[in-house]
Amino acid sequence: MATVSFSVNGEVRALKLDTRTTLLDALREHLHLTGTKKGCDHGQCGACTVIVGGQRINSCLTLAVMHEGETVTTIEGLGTPEQMHPMQTAFVKHDGFQCGYCTPGQICSAVAVLDEIKAGIPSHVTGDLNAVPHLTNAELRERMSGNICRCGAYSNIAEAITEIAGRPA
Amino acid sequence: MKFDTPATTNPIDQLKVIGHATSRIEGPLKTTGRATYAYEWHDRAASAAYGYIVGSAIAKGRIASMDLSRAKSAPGIIAIVTAENAGKLGKGNYNTAKLLGGPDIDHYHQAVAVVVAETFEQARAAAQLVKVDYTAAKGSFDLSAGRDGAAKPPGRGDNQADTTVGDFPGAFASAPVQLDATYTTPDQAHAMMEPHASMASWEGDKLTLWTSNQMIAWTTGDVAKTLGLPKENVRLISPFIGGGFGGKLFLRADAVLAALGARAANRPVKVAMQRPLMFNNTTHRPATIQRIRIGAGRDGKITAIGHESWSGNLPEGRPETAVNQTRLLYAGENRMTALRLAMLDLPEGNAMRAPGEAPGMMALEIAMDEMAERLGLDPIEFRARNDTQVDPEHPNRPFSQRQLVECMRIGAERFGWSKRNAEPGKQRDGRWLVGMGVAAAFRNNLLMKSGARVRLDGQGRVTVETDMTDIGTGSYTIIAQTAAEMMGVPLDKVVVRLGDSSFPVSAGSGGQFGANNSTSGVYAACVKLREAVAQKLGFNSAEIAFTDGQVSSGNRSVPLGQAASGGELSAEDSIEYGDLAKTHQQSTFGAHFVELGVDVATAEIRVRRMLAVCAAGRILNPKTARSQVIGAMTMGVGAALMEELAVDKRNGFFVNHDLAGYEVPVHADIPHQDTIFLDETDPMSSPMKAKGIAELGICGVAAALANAIYNATGIRVRDYPITLDKLLDHMPDA
Repeated sequence: MATVSFSVNGEVRALKLDTRTTLLDALREHLHLTGTKKGCDHGQCGACTVIVGGQRINSCLTLAVMHEGETVTTIEGLGTPEQMHPMQTAFVKHDGFQCGYCTPGQICSAVAVLDEIKAGIPSHVTGDLNAVPHLTNAELRERMSGNICRCGAYSNIAEAITEIAGRPA
Repeated sequence: MKFDTPATTNPIDQLKVIGHATSRIEGPLKTTGRATYAYEWHDRAASAAYGYIVGSAIAKGRIASMDLSRAKSAPGIIAIVTAENAGKLGKGNYNTAKLLGGPDIDHYHQAVAVVVAETFEQARAAAQLVKVDYTAAKGSFDLSAGRDGAAKPPGRGDNQADTTVGDFPGAFASAPVQLDATYTTPDQAHAMMEPHASMASWEGDKLTLWTSNQMIAWTTGDVAKTLGLPKENVRLISPFIGGGFGGKLFLRADAVLAALGARAANRPVKVAMQRPLMFNNTTHRPATIQRIRIGAGRDGKITAIGHESWSGNLPEGRPETAVNQTRLLYAGENRMTALRLAMLDLPEGNAMRAPGEAPGMMALEIAMDEMAERLGLDPIEFRARNDTQVDPEHPNRPFSQRQLVECMRIGAERFGWSKRNAEPGKQRDGRWLVGMGVAAAFRNNLLMKSGARVRLDGQGRVTVETDMTDIGTGSYTIIAQTAAEMMGVPLDKVVVRLGDSSFPVSAGSGGQFGANNSTSGVYAACVKLREAVAQKLGFNSAEIAFTDGQVSSGNRSVPLGQAASGGELSAEDSIEYGDLAKTHQQSTFGAHFVELGVDVATAEIRVRRMLAVCAAGRILNPKTARSQVIGAMTMGVGAALMEELAVDKRNGFFVNHDLAGYEVPVHADIPHQDTIFLDETDPMSSPMKAKGIAELGICGVAAALANAIYNATGIRVRDYPITLDKLLDHMPDA
């Protein structure tokens, strides 16, 4: 057992945990923040995506005790049903989900993707690594490809993200 | 309510709420992470212990011995349940293999134990300490090897293993233009995002299961049967389901093991099936070998059409009915279909999105493309020449609606089909060979009894309760729209409660029968509630309007809620069907168009454009219906290009049993997708005049891709998935 303390959605949380506990299970089973989903527990599906220190990560692939003092944002921290984040609103408007299980991960990824592009971080499909990347269809789809949606809402998700990014789909 | 005569004008036809593109009413919950799925009911069953499943390491044989001693002394361990200590277990009506194996093993990764511990980490660690010694037996794992020995499976009603009309052999032999080709489709996995998961809690001999299940009544019955309980002692709760696609139609091991674990632990237990177990432990869409023969005259009219399909399954399992659509889709006086079933010891084969038609159309619609080419006809024209407005096996039995040709023609115009070069391999765009493909879409519309309860309170708020499920299909929203339309209230005055076995039994989610039937059940209950309201408010006239929260007749208008001022009003009813589906064939139709590029050097395939045109009765909610179709198109792309459970034919299991190995489409694989719904109402289907759509959307997609790949490259691949290794050796010169 070990103790760890980090900030989740603006609130400092101290936990005493089995060191084998993933960040995902710390959130879901210990803090009861079940908005972050366990789809595969192996870093293959993206349903567990959260934002740590401004970067999106698969929370199933990291142990909770590795995040001492860090800042975690989950889907619950982005917005509430009464006060939704613009990306959450756009997902509802464009029907960018069906069963809803991959959705929190998609939304956390989408929010972080826009920041990555703003920060000039290149991707696999960026043609010129020295140029500032733009949110093209190819960039968007490449960067979101770690988040599987088996219901197949991709076309709608792309439209939701591009609306928030301020360019036509 | 018995629906036995065609629907006439009813309150749904007002279309004030129904038929409008409406955002999902549960959308804010899902997008903010507040929708509660099966494993997440922390507030209902506090301090639940954790169960971890141990799967069989052999495909067939027996457990010689199990050594639980080390696992039992692991930290945090509470209980270990195996077949040996579980007590007598039955087998559910909808299960082929038993859900807790031992001593006999029926398939690889069949559950053999659940290890229950205080924490997930402890349960996982202890599960690794369970030592099982097996005596493996020889099994059959190769469909192609089992093809010759495959047997004729028993028929069910109108669905017999063999069908024949006229003289197929004679007509085929004498046809001036012939096709005789064999196609294969692989085993496929549902791979829904939420694993099978359940949380169980006992109070005495009463069991509550929070689970993830498409068919609440079926599964409640099978829980009772498996555990030897009276059905009324079992309560299932499943309001949110993280995808199903047929994989959650049935009771599965997670629920049984959570219940057994909770009984052994004497406290609530939750079990989520580990992702790497799902592919072999649960069900899958079985592989098929399909032989299709088509004979036609030089006029392009089919004179003979035959379709045979071989698939495999465990003993007592059923065949993949891949010939279904061929009995109905195209004209032709001489016809035959045949299903054969090989005994295989692979995991249980069962329904996956559009069972039968999805793999059947993967083959048939390539065959139609091949035949059109042999006849020198455009593939749309060939299909149009062989359209039939009646059931080809029973010419006195018309289709209730059939706009296949309209779907094709409208789609062709919208997609720019006239720009397609019919000669393959001729369209270049830089390093890409570009091709277009088309396929018909077809899936039957199924009618199922479905019930609901509707309650009205003094504020004029309407609450609908039914055990119907929403697996992402949009049930919450279309049910709310139905109740709002019927009771004349805005959408935000309707509360919908689903997925609870204490609610009236519905059709459930499967076979694209959910939307039409469940809303018709709500319609029936609302008709009863309207009568109760009218009576309560003292309206005698038959001409009563329910609009804008008011009940009106003549000059008198009363707020709806007033009917419940003295106490809640409640009405319950079901929709039940007469013979309309017997007198008329009810099916849904569509056309899929695909444009793709094939890299001239690497044979990499990239989908560029997709369009589906659908004629499927009244579209209750164009927004969620469109999502069903684009989702199905996406799964069709997976079927065409990547999805295949690789069979280890020596040891008998699916090798690629996780989401890294079983590839499904990701964002980068899918372009913008377009859909068109033809304006259609089907008065034969139900008072809603709607039909299914969710499975129509997948039927034919993969063939449209295959045909586009042929158009791009001139390479005809008849074995799915069409991976680049199947193209590379045959690519035209760059």
